[in-house]
Amino acid sequence: MALLQISEPGQSSAPHQHRLAAGIDLGTTNSLVASVRSGQATILLNDQGVGSIPSIVHYGEHEIKVGLEAKAHAVSDATNTVVSVKRFMGRTLEDIQASHKELPYNLSASENGLVTIETRTGVVNPIQVSSEILKPLVELAKSTLAGELDGVVITVPAYFDDAQRQGTKDAAELLGVKVFRLLNEPTAAAIAYGLDNDQEGIIAVYDLGGGTFDISILRLNKGVFEVLATGGDSALGGDDIDQVIADWIIAQSGYDGDHSPALQREIMQLACRAKESLSSQDHTELTLNLPCGNDWHGQLSRDVFDSLIQPIVKRTLMACRRAVRDADINTSDILKVVMVGGSTRVPLVRDKVGQYFEQQPLTSIDPDKVVAIGAAIQADILAGNKPDSDMLLLDVLPLSLGLETMGGLTEKVISRNTTIPVAKAQEFTTFKDGQTAMALHILQGERELVEDCRSLARFELRGIPPMAAGAAHIRVTFQVDADGLLSVSAMEKSSGVQTSIEVKPSFGLTDNEVANMIKDSMTFAKDDMQARMLAEEKVEASRVHEGLVSALKIDAHLLSSEERAPIEQAMAQLASAQAGSDLKSIKDAIALCDKVSQDFASRRMDQSIRQALSGQSVDNI
Amino acid sequence: MNYFELFALNHSFVLDTNELRAKYLELQRAVHPDKFANASEQDRLLAVQQSARINDGFGMLKTPISRAEYLLSLAGIELAHEYQTIKDPMFLMEQMELREALEDISTSSDPEQEIIDFQQQIDRHIRGFEQQFVDLFAAGDQSSLNTAADNVRKLKFMLKLATEARELEERLLGF
Repeated sequence: MALLQISEPGQSSAPHQHRLAAGIDLGTTNSLVASVRSGQATILLNDQGVGSIPSIVHYGEHEIKVGLEAKAHAVSDATNTVVSVKRFMGRTLEDIQASHKELPYNLSASENGLVTIETRTGVVNPIQVSSEILKPLVELAKSTLAGELDGVVITVPAYFDDAQRQGTKDAAELLGVKVFRLLNEPTAAAIAYGLDNDQEGIIAVYDLGGGTFDISILRLNKGVFEVLATGGDSALGGDDIDQVIADWIIAQSGYDGDHSPALQREIMQLACRAKESLSSQDHTELTLNLPCGNDWHGQLSRDVFDSLIQPIVKRTLMACRRAVRDADINTSDILKVVMVGGSTRVPLVRDKVGQYFEQQPLTSIDPDKVVAIGAAIQADILAGNKPDSDMLLLDVLPLSLGLETMGGLTEKVISRNTTIPVAKAQEFTTFKDGQTAMALHILQGERELVEDCRSLARFELRGIPPMAAGAAHIRVTFQVDADGLLSVSAMEKSSGVQTSIEVKPSFGLTDNEVANMIKDSMTFAKDDMQARMLAEEKVEASRVHEGLVSALKIDAHLLSSEERAPIEQAMAQLASAQAGSDLKSIKDAIALCDKVSQDFASRRMDQSIRQALSGQSVDNI
Repeated sequence: MNYFELFALNHSFVLDTNELRAKYLELQRAVHPDKFANASEQDRLLAVQQSARINDGFGMLKTPISRAEYLLSLAGIELAHEYQTIKDPMFLMEQMELREALEDISTSSDPEQEIIDFQQQIDRHIRGFEQQFVDLFAAGDQSSLNTAADNVRKLKFMLKLATEARELEERLLGF
């Protein structure tokens, strides 16, 4: 029924081969990797028996360290030890300076204004730092599963915008890992929870992590996970709780001297420990070694702590309210509330969430592990290891996409909470005679003013055929894929000219920067680069070839023998190119296959759409 | 293939939303990009496009107002992004009265009850316009279709009022 039944016997060159896949929770504070083994999704443990590693990278004199070993340098070498880098992803230097008063780093900006960190080994960007965190996780998966990974699922906060998502994907691709999918963290939690309990009905996932907050409302029904609405704040989490405690500590201690990087870190760590102990105790003792030589002693009670963090909890509840409204339901419709993320251990958070949803929130699955488990289940299915799975994830766009119009205003093209994938077309016309180019500015966010939204990209449409003003009709199509990533194409309608688009990502990386990053990455020397590109192209070639072999087998009836011949020719050419080692001829052969099989592919897709609804009695759907 | 054909449904304003939803999920199961994680680039792109089309169709047929607009657009009457206004003085007068009534609710003696009454009144109007639309669209001649289009425009006014009433209700009930 499906267009490509990838794992059907006889279709793949190695039927029933178990493909290796993993789910990665790339968190603000901790990261972990999980995989489905013998039918069970489990967190993978390293040689010390530890599953989760701190998301910390230390750029040392001689080597880069990640995790616990890096954490050991957090105070002593704060400037070269990057923590919570997830908060920097897709953000500009300005953004970071506006939201963080004090950071122990030397920050700078990339060509596009993206924040970068100056370490002793050079300038690094958040994508590279994230890539360092992913590296040991990918290595752990490879060694535990004993082989190269076919692909991974990486989780991102549901509220991540396009730049943050693209950055996360780039971080994995820098390692040469295929990303099957970026999966929203609350959706991942819902999978782990829903499949475990075979739940049906509407659930809310409240996910307060180290640096991000998400609320998602989902409808679960017979393997379908349908996100009705999502909301949140991609800069709100446990780190902010630590920050208010840190501010309180400084105020209490009466210290007004300089804050060295080491002192900043020490106060933050003290604040974090205080928060953790207040999850189980009514008060906690604090001691801080001040640079002036004096020690400060103090006590923080649960009551004071609660009043300090009250505004943060309130912000999360406002987002919950909006999500419930966007989902067009009442809180009483919600069957269960699932708690995800380490910060949901804070008693006040649990109490307030329970009060708002009028029920006891569920904490039965470890809030630190549930996201990675869900990602592993999804990765296993996407790899093709469960051909009979009827799981279907329908996620939504978290933030509206719009265009800049006259007067610095935004016009929404796709509204938030629209189910993805989504494609919307907008038509534009020229306003001058003979105009051949046009500039578009794409924004993401809910606010009316351009300056209040996030600038995603500036596009220049070129090659519009010269016509009288208003005669050219340019149709611009915005497409958001299942990862929540945007792509844009344009076409001049009256002449049918496909307009070329020059993409200038506002906060993405330029092609140059991407190339340099790959070059810089220690794993790939120059020769490796070539070898890696060739290997990747060969994998794609075998996907194309296998796909066509199985397509011709099942759907031969959709082609006349005259139509079939050129496809088989192109396949033969692809097979011989793939056997060689010339990158360009493999690329060309793939392009040829795509071209000659395009009609066939559409016919098969139409057929599978017709078949999906034929012979289905609605009663038993 | 229009969206009614895509979902194998009759070209009709009246439809079973459970059936629509069930068919929507079946179609997504067949073409969702997650089914093509291991396929070639071209097939993956095709899956994204088809999945997006099915989402768009579902969104269009799901709510009565967008379904009505879509039926009219298939009949050659385009309402989206139009600037045509309603010229029916009776209707406009009634709109003004309803707006005033809505504004007065928060200062009335029993706002909680009044907002509920008001919402029921709006609902009756909405159902009335929807029923008229069914008959006019079924008649199918040009003049009926034009009146049906006017009906949809009026329906939009009422839906806007319904949204505002709901917002007021939330404020009154202290959400």
